[in-house]
Amino acid sequence: MNLLKTTLENGLTVVLRETHSAPVASVWIWYRVGSRNEHLGITGISHWVEHMMFKGTERWPRQKLDQAIAREGGYLNAMTWYDFTAYFETLPSAKAYMALDIESDRMANALFDPDEVAAERTVIISERQGNENDPTFLLDEELSAAAFRVHPYGHDTIGHLCDLQTMTREDLYTHYHTYYAPNNAILAAAGDFNAGEMLRMIERTFGKIAPRDTLPQVTAQEPLQKGERRVTIEGDAGTDYLALAFHTPEATHPDIHALTILSTVLAGGSGSLVGRGSLTNYTSRLYRAVVQSEIAADVSASLIPSVDPNLYRISATVLPEHSPAEVENAIRAEINTIRTTPITAEELAKAKRQARALFAFSSESITNQAFWLGYSEIFADTSWFLRYLEKLETVTIEDVLRVADTYLRPQNITVGHYLSNQGEH
Amino acid sequence: MGRNKMALPGPGDVLRQTLPNGITVLARENFVSPSVVIDGYLISGSQDDPVEHEGLASFTVDVMERGTYQRPFEQLYEEVETVGAAFGFSAGVHITSFGAKGLAELLPLLLDICNDVMRNPSFAPEQIEHARAELLSALREQEFDTRARAARAFHELTYPVGHPYQRQVTGDPNTVAKLKKADLHAFHEHTIKPQGMVIAIVGAVKAQVALETVQSVFGDWSGDRPTRSALPEVPALTVRREQYVPLSEKTQTDLVLGWPGPSRHSPDFLACQLANTVLGVFGMMGRLGEQVRSQNGLAYYVYSSLEGGAGPGPWQAIAGVHPSQVEKAVSLILNEIHRLRDEPIPATELEDSKTYLTGSLPLRLETNEGVAGTLTYIERYQLGLDYLQRYQERIQAITAADVQAAAQRWLDPEAFALGISGPPRG
Repeated sequence: MNLLKTTLENGLTVVLRETHSAPVASVWIWYRVGSRNEHLGITGISHWVEHMMFKGTERWPRQKLDQAIAREGGYLNAMTWYDFTAYFETLPSAKAYMALDIESDRMANALFDPDEVAAERTVIISERQGNENDPTFLLDEELSAAAFRVHPYGHDTIGHLCDLQTMTREDLYTHYHTYYAPNNAILAAAGDFNAGEMLRMIERTFGKIAPRDTLPQVTAQEPLQKGERRVTIEGDAGTDYLALAFHTPEATHPDIHALTILSTVLAGGSGSLVGRGSLTNYTSRLYRAVVQSEIAADVSASLIPSVDPNLYRISATVLPEHSPAEVENAIRAEINTIRTTPITAEELAKAKRQARALFAFSSESITNQAFWLGYSEIFADTSWFLRYLEKLETVTIEDVLRVADTYLRPQNITVGHYLSNQGEH
Repeated sequence: MGRNKMALPGPGDVLRQTLPNGITVLARENFVSPSVVIDGYLISGSQDDPVEHEGLASFTVDVMERGTYQRPFEQLYEEVETVGAAFGFSAGVHITSFGAKGLAELLPLLLDICNDVMRNPSFAPEQIEHARAELLSALREQEFDTRARAARAFHELTYPVGHPYQRQVTGDPNTVAKLKKADLHAFHEHTIKPQGMVIAIVGAVKAQVALETVQSVFGDWSGDRPTRSALPEVPALTVRREQYVPLSEKTQTDLVLGWPGPSRHSPDFLACQLANTVLGVFGMMGRLGEQVRSQNGLAYYVYSSLEGGAGPGPWQAIAGVHPSQVEKAVSLILNEIHRLRDEPIPATELEDSKTYLTGSLPLRLETNEGVAGTLTYIERYQLGLDYLQRYQERIQAITAADVQAAAQRWLDPEAFALGISGPPRG
């Protein structure tokens, strides 16, 4: 892959991929700040700051910003998660400079107008309330809180309602001022441009922004879990749900590739590290165990690459006349098997083939290419992404057995049941 | 790149041919990544559901996907998943869409599987029951979903009883429970035919090879489906019609406010599309986003959508708001409808939305899926292979008066349907 990677004098990491497949460029700025950098009282603040970045600067006032991009036929958006807040514009490549101009300006000059903060408070609360309408959000939120008692990965990115009601404009501005700096950011771009020219434009726009002297470090470490934890929620959703979580290591840990093979064998390729969502999982072990056996409507798993150790999650929708406990037992029986009996050579080969296909799909669009360059730099570096398939190829049956035994042990599990009081038990 | 990368798909680089059995093939090459996408449709949908068998088209397709005589469920998915490929079928009101994706060398296998699923489904009894259990579970989840309930209420208020847009494509738990193997068989026999089928293939395969592969796989299939009767007329709404669906323990209220809109064939469709862009798309969701979200902080999401389609599909404004703010949000939405009807759009704002619609074409065509989906869309509405080349000119020709006339024709702020679902009202 044709990459240009460098660091500006002010500490901004730059990763560029020149590709001329379509007259389009996708420009991303990634900040190393997310729910990982929050504590009680200011949970949800990174996500709220993300919203405020669309409220404008002196030079790029609200409306002008998104309208300028839309006028060119482009689109822009942003996302906040555990380890990052990211902003991107995908637009005709001739207009790429506009994205650099906007992003460099709002890195340093966002206004945080008090009236805009007030209007956005109700928008953010509305976003949380929309999430709360979904029972699986409520279950996942409880599950994370039970699995993490020390590390900030235990709260959702949206934040607690009480914090959203009480955070002040000063809290938000301080958070912005603390973390939005070139030496805490990555500029990743892919598309139909000349990489050298693009780098010069980046130097012109971002080069003048001063770095922060001190960036707060996250010191929290989740203690080893020494026994099963359980949470139950009751509600009116009409359907029961099951969720399981196991502590798993950070993305740079050598076991992460064997874990993604393990997850593919259990629940299909779509829960793996790269390229989620586009394959069926009807020949996976858990599908056979709980969907084929007609106790669940679906089952899925997810493994998230992150800076600190995170969770491997398995979720299922329970069929009427069955219970989360039944589905849990069936899944745990499969987990016991995979911890003690090696997977077959065919399963290993299939998992690797699925990973190769998903990787190819994930590199198809220019927007996705730029996404992966920046995202991998957040939790590891671009070589993690570039060497992903190579690393997966080296995984052996013994590796999978070992990681299954290590991470899927019963002392490392958190179990969540959502019980609908309108269910048919 | 051998080809001019700036070129939009068109007559110069799209191969189009209709086979003797009525299947239209569209193929476009793209060797940037080693994958291929299939996107197509059959002339079968919930429009063909008998009155007492709502959901039949959709359920038939669900079970077709679950195994053929040659490939029982396990074998079918073993073949597909083992090579990291995917395929799927989905019934809509008028058509049944299908698609597949995989590495380019898998094209013959993927076409063979689509063909097998269309022509030789086994409708194995155990697979019918599996599919039924999964569907009933999904329908039950929808019963408790505020967005789904608001949308359903809107459709029930907007379309006359018996119109396929008034019903759910998936049917409801009562109708799904009654569907039998013989019903599925008969429906498949009557409606799943090559006549009118369209298949687009985009990716790292020579267009001529793609065409020949379709010919070799589907060439021996023949048969016409029965002619469809015309859909019932949809009268314009004459009053405000409203339905509130209470769901306990919810913290947000979702609302859908709208009208039966123009079909894709309507002469003023592009003027309506431009009006819709101004209303609830451009920038951060157009004028609605500015008023409802940015200035008043009422909603996380608010936008408008124009379906078009064979029509008359809905033209609607959709929002999620705090339960106490429903009336205020509705009133702000209606204000914007009034403004769109009463005032010509200022020149700059009109120009912005025009350049957005034409400028975003290359971005929508960034992936093989985007191109394949566009080709089937062009074919479905008979827009002509040079549609994308002519699009800019056609959008540019639309005037502020055209947009205002479109709003006045379709959007009546006194007579509309409003579906709402949220916590019980206090």
